[in-house]
Amino acid sequence: MQKTVILGVVGVDAHVVGNKIIAQALRDAGFNVVNIGTFVSQEDFINASIETNADAIMIGSLCGHGELDCQGFKEKCIEAGKGNIHLVVGGNLVVGKQEWGSVHDRFLKMGFNRVYPPGVAIKTVISDLKKDLGIACED
Amino acid sequence: MRTDHALLVDFGSTFTKIVLVDLEAETVLGRIQTPSTVETDITIGLRRGLDDIGRILGKAPVYRHKLASSSAAGGLRMVAIGLVPDLTVEAAKRAVLGAGAKVVGVYAYRLTENEIEELEKASPDLILLAGGTDGGDRENVIGNATCLGRADLKAPIVFAGNKTAVDEVRKILIAGNKEVVVSENVMPGIGVLQVEQVRSIIRDLFIKRIIDAKGLKNAERFIDSILMPTPTAVLNAARLLAEGTPNEPGIGELVIVDIGGATTDIHSISMGTPTEAGVIPKGLPEPYVKRTVEGDLGMRYNASTIVQAAGKEKFCRQMLGIVSDLDQAVAKLNLKPESLPETEAEQTLDVELARAAASLAMERHAGVIEAAYGPMGQFHIQYGKDLRGIKTVIGTGGPLIFGAEPETILKETLHSEAKPFSLKPKQPGFFIDEKYILYAIGLMAEAYPDKALRIAKKYLRKVE
Repeated sequence: MQKTVILGVVGVDAHVVGNKIIAQALRDAGFNVVNIGTFVSQEDFINASIETNADAIMIGSLCGHGELDCQGFKEKCIEAGKGNIHLVVGGNLVVGKQEWGSVHDRFLKMGFNRVYPPGVAIKTVISDLKKDLGIACED
Repeated sequence: MRTDHALLVDFGSTFTKIVLVDLEAETVLGRIQTPSTVETDITIGLRRGLDDIGRILGKAPVYRHKLASSSAAGGLRMVAIGLVPDLTVEAAKRAVLGAGAKVVGVYAYRLTENEIEELEKASPDLILLAGGTDGGDRENVIGNATCLGRADLKAPIVFAGNKTAVDEVRKILIAGNKEVVVSENVMPGIGVLQVEQVRSIIRDLFIKRIIDAKGLKNAERFIDSILMPTPTAVLNAARLLAEGTPNEPGIGELVIVDIGGATTDIHSISMGTPTEAGVIPKGLPEPYVKRTVEGDLGMRYNASTIVQAAGKEKFCRQMLGIVSDLDQAVAKLNLKPESLPETEAEQTLDVELARAAASLAMERHAGVIEAAYGPMGQFHIQYGKDLRGIKTVIGTGGPLIFGAEPETILKETLHSEAKPFSLKPKQPGFFIDEKYILYAIGLMAEAYPDKALRIAKKYLRKVE
């Protein structure tokens, strides 16, 4: 069965180009993509995932407020009955020169299953997602 | 015969207070305080008080109303259960506090066997079961209902969780011989707080079930009815004073500081939204009528924990040369909770304890701002209520009404440069509930809001 992914850019963040590219790449890879665009609140991600019975939420954050914008997201998913949904986040998550390892760990602690740095190859993200959602990879 | 008197009674755990009001002249005719007799028969103390009132008037008065509030027999003891601590657990806890209850337990996620045992031992008067947004998680709340259904509990259970779990929860609880009342969800959607209906259901159950269960019903041979828990009466008064009525203007957003023997309570009637530009509010929305209760800040039963919370070293320094053995002095207060300070040293100790309690309680009630950094530089995030713009702080409770230095104590609740991120009131006017009538105002407000408000305004003393 086709897996559904909610895609969006969280918070006060208008970076739309990457969002469109990721949406297309996910569609090409066979996912049912519900792209809710930019300026998305945590609540909108969760509501969309309930309504579409989604399998994963993929959050982009390019503005540097990623940590703040993602705080408490996992807890809200639990309350909304989506405690088991697969959570992916990536982008310019923090400002300043911070060591990636510690940023990665902080987001894992917040309850995200996959955390990606700037410049990650989309095909890495897609193959991880297929593996995590139990889809057989062709390559 | 003139029948324009109202008798307003508060059955407290230590004292039964009676206020007599002339509804036509809008004056307080008298105030009596007598030891409560909950252990034996609540009406003994009440009748003693009524006799005294008769003596004040010189005749047996005829009353138009005889209304009461009660915090006797432990008050309204409630447990709040939710799913996630920051979300439905917090929402449930706020609903319980806002309904004037005493929180005797708070539980998150699935209840464990240990927690159920703890709950049975606590034997609360009421249980509020929440969890899941509407259409959200069902599993947890249905699991918790199953645990509660099997448990040895007499308390009615108010269900205020996920609407799609209502039918199953009700079936499970009824099968377990529990009384269940269904309310709207305390958190219908993520970040939405909805506590009004739960509050009114709790009050209803208090009148119908709890009064009787606590053996307070026979008081109704002498008075019309016990209408609400005492803290609800105080909250009612606070709201009336702030908002006014269609005929009588209120005094605007306010805070009430109530320092008692067992707890220190803060009530704020305020939106609490940011007062500065560029501050972003975060977290669960704040209730407009908010009550917090600090169980470790009581002037008699918990004086030792006040000292601990304020920092023992600092406290000892302040009492240097006044009280030689602080531990002993504090332990003495706990042994005789009804005692009033007599010597100068005891008075000083009381003022210092009250100052510490007021300061800590307000700090915990008020919101905070935190600095955060983004690509555009520094900005601020606000958690909780911003009370810096509050114009009125009202003090009530023993140490503020009868103590020597109410102003010194109330000043502790102010915003300070030492802790600029704690959003406490900056330049409020201070008032004292000199006649100890706030609960009575809240009771009167049910039938005569205009009169109650005018009486409140008349008798609150401004501290210059």
